[in-house]
Amino acid sequence: MSAVGVIVQYALREALRRKVFAVVLLLTVVFLGLFWLATHFVHDELDTITPPSDVLVDSRTFAGAFLLGLAMFATLFLGVVLAVFLTLGVVSGDAERGLLQPLVVRPIGRSTMLLSRFLAAAGVCAAYVLVVYFAALVIVGLTLHWWPAAIVGPGADLALGVLIVIALSLLGSVGLSATANGIAVFMLFGAGLVAGLLGTIGHALDSHEIRHASTIASWALPFEGLYQDGLRLISRDASGTASFLLQLGPFGGGYVHGWTIRGWAAAYLVLAGGAALAAFARRNL
Amino acid sequence: MPAALTTRELSKRYGSVHALKGVDLTVDQGELVGLLGPNGAGKSTLVKIAVGLVRPTRGEATVVGARAGSRVARASLGYLAELFRFPGWYTADEVLELHQRLAGSNGGAAERARLLELVALADARDRRVDGMSKGMQQRLGIAQALVGEPRILLLDEPTSALDPVGRRTVRLLLEELRSRGVSALLNSHLLSEVELVCDRVAILLGGELVAAGTPAQLSSPRGVELDTDEGVRLVEGATRDDAPRLVAEAVAAGRSVYGVRVLASTLEDVYLEAVGGETD
Repeated sequence: MSAVGVIVQYALREALRRKVFAVVLLLTVVFLGLFWLATHFVHDELDTITPPSDVLVDSRTFAGAFLLGLAMFATLFLGVVLAVFLTLGVVSGDAERGLLQPLVVRPIGRSTMLLSRFLAAAGVCAAYVLVVYFAALVIVGLTLHWWPAAIVGPGADLALGVLIVIALSLLGSVGLSATANGIAVFMLFGAGLVAGLLGTIGHALDSHEIRHASTIASWALPFEGLYQDGLRLISRDASGTASFLLQLGPFGGGYVHGWTIRGWAAAYLVLAGGAALAAFARRNL
Repeated sequence: MPAALTTRELSKRYGSVHALKGVDLTVDQGELVGLLGPNGAGKSTLVKIAVGLVRPTRGEATVVGARAGSRVARASLGYLAELFRFPGWYTADEVLELHQRLAGSNGGAAERARLLELVALADARDRRVDGMSKGMQQRLGIAQALVGEPRILLLDEPTSALDPVGRRTVRLLLEELRSRGVSALLNSHLLSEVELVCDRVAILLGGELVAAGTPAQLSSPRGVELDTDEGVRLVEGATRDDAPRLVAEAVAAGRSVYGVRVLASTLEDVYLEAVGGETD
């Protein structure tokens, strides 16, 4: 087995023993159960749901898009929880406990070590996000008999968003203790959430400045931009006022979207990962 | 053949703290060197630079001729940190297997069994780390450092958690490794242990090398003690060479001589003199 494989296996076994997977699995089962229940109730009351008069879509599309938008946010949140708990103590946390030093003095080197930890977390989190996203999609599709315009794209956006969070968490773990890093990454995630809400407020108030601030924040924290892109994708076939309203997910609208944000997100991932590798290479242990 | 470890003008600053101030040290092939000094003297920093955990501010360190921290250097050494931990859910055998894979060792199960036998953990092969005593974990750490047959061992307080039997096991192990040509830099507070096992001793104080040499070179004569029918008499300033003459003179003077002892300073005396009684 290659050195990368050895460290990936080590990281996954560590996560298994610390019950990270058990906690996230439990949260996921609870979420999907509640989501199915909510979707079921919405379906039963679909005839009584009337979209606003200026929204030119049927009630099924209206309800399905909003529910899936909510599920996408929850999926991103759960994916971020998993990502943070898998990576928050990879460098400083493990070094403080004396776990890291015996490993990094081996010939594999620091860059291989960090890259392997990224691959382990990325493999688990990307798979997790896709599974939860598609589970929510199937729940909405089978219960409400509504399917979004794009099936794979929104899930890929969420998965890439979580990979960015992993890279940021690894970068933070080089300089911050495990607790401080966990807090920092969750605050960044919260800042992204606020950026989305800010955009919604900016559009509601028709404030150019607020919308501009929201856009800047969404680009600075591209996991939020990717979430907005995903929201846009699930309703891309709608148009006009209907499109505008459907892009409003529960926690923000799809104001930032398209291949530009996807490209920037990929570049951001490389930059954050590169910064983490460079910082770790210089870190005294 | 390059020395197992060489440092030249090695310096390290942590902010305003000058942990090492231009240390020159060499550990030759097959040599066992003890590194002594009070807490904060820079011993662990020197070892950490040698294994690539810390970057020097100035100067250089090489391991078997390769820059410290390089892949070649890391492949040539075994390291036991002062504060280390293995994942509690790994068994002793799994810890060694993990390190075999990371070190690229082809020793397989035979190497693992041999190493566990060497550190008297053969019966604990399948015991989880979190079920081991501190002493057992320390011995497992030593076995881990030996994975892949390193050419030099850097051991930071390897016997701090061991009982007297465990210390003896480690001492015998180091002597056996030396006979096989393996070098070691032993960072320890246990002076008697260092005196027993090390070929040379280096004493650090405030980041500087204040004394270095063999235990015999570092010690100084303290006189010759004669035990006669008049009682025990210390002849200060006398050396081993003076002993026959002193005995002959005592006999010629009609004294009965029951014993003669050449006194020299111990490593503890040398150490205390070098560090000026500083402890922390």
